[in-house]
Amino acid sequence: MKLSSHFTASRIVITGIGLTAPNGNNLASFRQSLLTKKSGVRNFTTRYMGEVLAGVCDFDELKYQKKKELRRGTRAGSVAIYCANEALADNGLNFPAVDKSRVGVYVGVTEHGNVETENEIANIKEYNYDVKFWSHHHNPRTVANNPAGEVTLNLGITGPHYTLGAACAAGNIGFIHGVQMLRLNEVDLALCGGVSESIHTFGIFASFKSQGALATHPDPAKASRPFDLDRNGIVVSEGGCIYTLERLEDAQARGARIYGEIAGYAVNSDASDFVLPNPERQAQCMIAALRHAGITPADIDIINTHATATKLGDIQECLAIRNVFGDHKNVHINNTKSFIGHAMGAAGALELTGNLPAFDDHIVHPTINVEHLDPDCALRNLVLNEPKAIDRVDYILNNSSGMLGINSVVVVKRFKA
Amino acid sequence: MTREDIRAAILNIITDIAPDEDLSKLKGDLRLREQIELDSMDFLDIVMELRKRYSVEVPEADYVKLASLDSSVDYLEPLLKNK
Repeated sequence: MKLSSHFTASRIVITGIGLTAPNGNNLASFRQSLLTKKSGVRNFTTRYMGEVLAGVCDFDELKYQKKKELRRGTRAGSVAIYCANEALADNGLNFPAVDKSRVGVYVGVTEHGNVETENEIANIKEYNYDVKFWSHHHNPRTVANNPAGEVTLNLGITGPHYTLGAACAAGNIGFIHGVQMLRLNEVDLALCGGVSESIHTFGIFASFKSQGALATHPDPAKASRPFDLDRNGIVVSEGGCIYTLERLEDAQARGARIYGEIAGYAVNSDASDFVLPNPERQAQCMIAALRHAGITPADIDIINTHATATKLGDIQECLAIRNVFGDHKNVHINNTKSFIGHAMGAAGALELTGNLPAFDDHIVHPTINVEHLDPDCALRNLVLNEPKAIDRVDYILNNSSGMLGINSVVVVKRFKA
Repeated sequence: MTREDIRAAILNIITDIAPDEDLSKLKGDLRLREQIELDSMDFLDIVMELRKRYSVEVPEADYVKLASLDSSVDYLEPLLKNK
């Protein structure tokens, strides 16, 4: 099949960012937290388990939603609506004048529906499990497209909307899908990224605990510690990050601010285990993304790792990075989960975004909480505990991986007209 | 419950279901949907709350009787008189 010239030629750029993270409700405050070592992890009470540690967001839900919308919808929907509206406000488009049938909403999720199902079971428990008390809101809350669909209802968008379920690789995949739909000329504006409401389901905490992979620490801010010998598991977080992506010519025609240009991406599958990562496939995914971008490993300035603070996962990703990037002196490596925990479906998008300001300030945010570096994770230029200024940042690579063996890699480059 | 109690109970339910609305000027004889934003899912919420709070079952054929505040009070009065 011959691809159209439009497909091969379109350059796609990031023109707006909306986010909520456990330590910031917009890019400026999030970035500030990452440069000043401010964690967003705190104590959190969850059903049946009592107190756990979690990354909790405090964005103003009523900024873009009425109380009734909040009552009817889901937390994931609220996160997505907040982020989408913030991205549009940041983008500077005259959105009321935009053809809403040419806007696509593509939201990555790790899971959806667990929160709402658990809530309904707790509700009918109060009525001796009589299902006539089960809410008629259950189905619209739990359909898999819910967070993306709530965005379209809130903003009057009539183009396509759906979520992309891809475990913890989903944030990158929402982003990648937006790029693809713009290149296919399916839409003119993509609202894409990822969201997580996962801290509101006890099941995710209980399952990680049963797996021996749930972090504990007397100081919540020190609980998420990828690459540290004293790590003991994952801190589950909520959050979201939605971008506006546009074709370069559209962005330039209206003089839009451009955060960066999509250089390349790749998605692949391990085909080896339900939960254990596969460093060979992770390496292949990074190589495929570099090839797609038309660059070599030495061109990358920052690698933002997926590492979640599980021993095996951290070591395997470091092995994959070492195999692809060797010992190159220009490649700097960091981790955002050490600040915010694991924001699940939002992780890839939030973690990439926290690094984008480095194109301008040339600072690599650190990985915090590394007091005793695991020798198996001792990569050259791992930026530990303090931010590091470097000469220039032209390419940022973000890794994400998820259960059932899915890997996603995004490479963004400094925009040059 | 008296008719006044029933009216207050319905208003409490609507306050929870339509939290953005000003109910102070709600007219009893006009259809609720002509005065405030209520859709079919909201009416199902009213039915659910009557079930939860007062153990009252409203069959689907009778939903039409919940159209206005006054008609709701008329309909619910015999069902709630001993509550």
